[in-house]
Amino acid sequence: MLRRELPLLITLVVGLFMVVGLFVPQRHFTAGRSEFEGWAIIIRAFAAVLGVANLARISALRIARRERDWGYQLPLLGGLFLMMVLGVAGTWFPAPLFGIGEGSLFNDLYLNIYVPMQGTMFALLAFYIASAAFRAFRVRSLEAGLLAVAAVLVMLGRVPIGALIWDHLPAVSDWIMNVPNNAAKRAILIGAALGAIATGLKVILGLERNYLGGD
Amino acid sequence: MLPESFLITMNGIFTLAILSFLFRDNPVYKTAEHLFIGVAAGYYVALEWQNVFQPNLWQPLVGAGDASPRWVLLVPFVIGLLMFSRFVPRYAWLSRWSLALMVGAYAGLAVIGAAQGDLIRQVEATMVPVIATENVPWFDPADPSGPSAINNLILAIGLFASLAYFFFSREHRGALGGIAKLGIWFLMLSFGASYGFTVMARYSLMIGRLDVLIREWPKVAPGVAQFCMGLFVVGVAVAAVLEFRSRRTGGGMGAT
Amino acid sequence: MGLGERLQYLDRRVIFLVILLVILIPYVKPIGLPIRVSKEAAAFYDAIERVPPGSTVFLAADYDAASLPELYPMTLTAIEQCFRRNLKIVGFCLWPGGPPLLNRALAEVAPRHGKQYGVDYVNLGFKDGQEAVMVMVGASIRDAFPADFNGTPVASMPVMHGIQNFSNVHVLINISAGYPGTKEWVQQVGSRFRNALGQSIPIVSGCTAVSAPEYYAYVNAGQLDGLLGGLAGAAEYEKQVGIMGTATRGMDTQSLAHVAIIAFIILGNILGRGAGRKHAA
Repeated sequence: MLRRELPLLITLVVGLFMVVGLFVPQRHFTAGRSEFEGWAIIIRAFAAVLGVANLARISALRIARRERDWGYQLPLLGGLFLMMVLGVAGTWFPAPLFGIGEGSLFNDLYLNIYVPMQGTMFALLAFYIASAAFRAFRVRSLEAGLLAVAAVLVMLGRVPIGALIWDHLPAVSDWIMNVPNNAAKRAILIGAALGAIATGLKVILGLERNYLGGD
Repeated sequence: MLPESFLITMNGIFTLAILSFLFRDNPVYKTAEHLFIGVAAGYYVALEWQNVFQPNLWQPLVGAGDASPRWVLLVPFVIGLLMFSRFVPRYAWLSRWSLALMVGAYAGLAVIGAAQGDLIRQVEATMVPVIATENVPWFDPADPSGPSAINNLILAIGLFASLAYFFFSREHRGALGGIAKLGIWFLMLSFGASYGFTVMARYSLMIGRLDVLIREWPKVAPGVAQFCMGLFVVGVAVAAVLEFRSRRTGGGMGAT
Repeated sequence: MGLGERLQYLDRRVIFLVILLVILIPYVKPIGLPIRVSKEAAAFYDAIERVPPGSTVFLAADYDAASLPELYPMTLTAIEQCFRRNLKIVGFCLWPGGPPLLNRALAEVAPRHGKQYGVDYVNLGFKDGQEAVMVMVGASIRDAFPADFNGTPVASMPVMHGIQNFSNVHVLINISAGYPGTKEWVQQVGSRFRNALGQSIPIVSGCTAVSAPEYYAYVNAGQLDGLLGGLAGAAEYEKQVGIMGTATRGMDTQSLAHVAIIAFIILGNILGRGAGRKHAA
């Protein structure tokens, strides 16, 4: 009962409360709903910390067991604890060494370790997309041809060089974005919305229970 | 807090460390990658502490300043703590209560958002004139992609054809097959447009990194920037030559 | 192996090198191609121009470092436009990586206009809750964000006086990299809340180029009042505000990169067809 039925009941009550709340503009109901949204913010924060705690646990185990490439876990744990201590200790110790504000060491490390590395990891995709365009983009059917033509027209129309090649290229690109692209994306949005409503209702009503995991 | 030249040099070195992956996976890249994961995780926890736990939970709970304590916040506090029961296999089932609450809340929000924000408004937006009226011309050459009867007609046909393609309860044969085929063509035009925009996005990211390496770093830390980048280029060139030689003699691995 | 076949199975690192050389050309020899402003970018600019001076806007910076090159220039330009019109900015983030970037953008632009933190603008920081935060901002932003990024209570800040929710602001400027972002703001807030003029809250979106094609449906339906898509959108916006920023400078490189990709697609298909015919023979 406590392991299965109670969680399903919680999902039902909370889900219905959120949906019905849209239709009930009564002050106390709205206040209750708003309070509940505040709880969701707090609980999500615990979930985030849970994820990081799990990461730290797995890294520590890898070091303890001297698994393959365990040495790389040392900068991982070092970076994790350094940032955590610098940021959290700001509650009790003074800036700029501690705390998360502008000019703090935490802020400097974020802007000069996290930002460049995350930016560069995504920037690598520029090269891989070129490689994929050369090796894998093959026009072997009418549909693939339509995709290629649309891609070329939009790629040229959206950048300044397109207007130099042909005056009307930007207008053609705009037309593709606003008419056929709009039609297809709207169809996907409507289909996805119907799917989201169906799945959401299935979850709320307990017909979809995968999120609970096994017994 | 630290000197600007030191910070930008750190920025540049980590950028080059990640870029080294383009040649081949290597220990410098792996070390930088793991450091990044650790810094990101530690940053996230510190931010949650300072921006969520403190102002939204702890301070209202204990009544910081002149406010009276809000004991009702003990409920989300306990529910949040229950999440950590996952670390103890015997009591891991307690985390289902927290999960159920979150899943129910966000399922409810998703239903409302999808229905109100997407379904109704998008269907409403499709109910537009498909023949010329007072306010809607057949076609406006001054604004070819703007609202016009021809564009609205193409939009409506494209929408229904694309929706027909996603209708899998019946086999796509006969009339339905023909309409679904038209739907695929609209979808391909759309995916082509998305591909074009995706290419734009990827290159923007590279342009951003090059701006730091070529414009900002040499400006703030001249000499150091050129030295580090020169070292990087020489390192990659030496590694390439060694790999080329080892391939010619029949050994070694290379990226394909 | 003929030349065609060799080229087809070329080591991808050679392709990487070619691309790198192509995108380095404008750094050596800038071209300065003229930028054309699209309808959607013009609408973004006009939506902010319509806000009466002295009013307050919400700026939701929902992105992190991965989308910095596309979205940071948009953030800077939006803040510039707002401060020129003497608008107050209440900024916040639904992505954890956002607050320091928003801080940096505000700190970069504010001194040029003599704007003061807490009086003319504020960074409320990050909240983890996605759609729940969005709906809560609609009811009471002070309940969602009781303190700013540095922990200072918002009740003590002049910029937050009289700001309770969307009914006290004119427009929501959303700079978005994905989820949670523009789509969720449109779904949760667009239809449900009214602004200070009693209209559905106008939402303008600056988003990554990857997300932009989907949001044309929202622009067409009137759910978004303006859209900036990717670096090109950022450059168009910079042109309207009259700034020569990083987005404008990047458009030369963007142009050449697109031409290079198209050349690769065409060349790959020509070589692929040649190899196919050879195998068939």
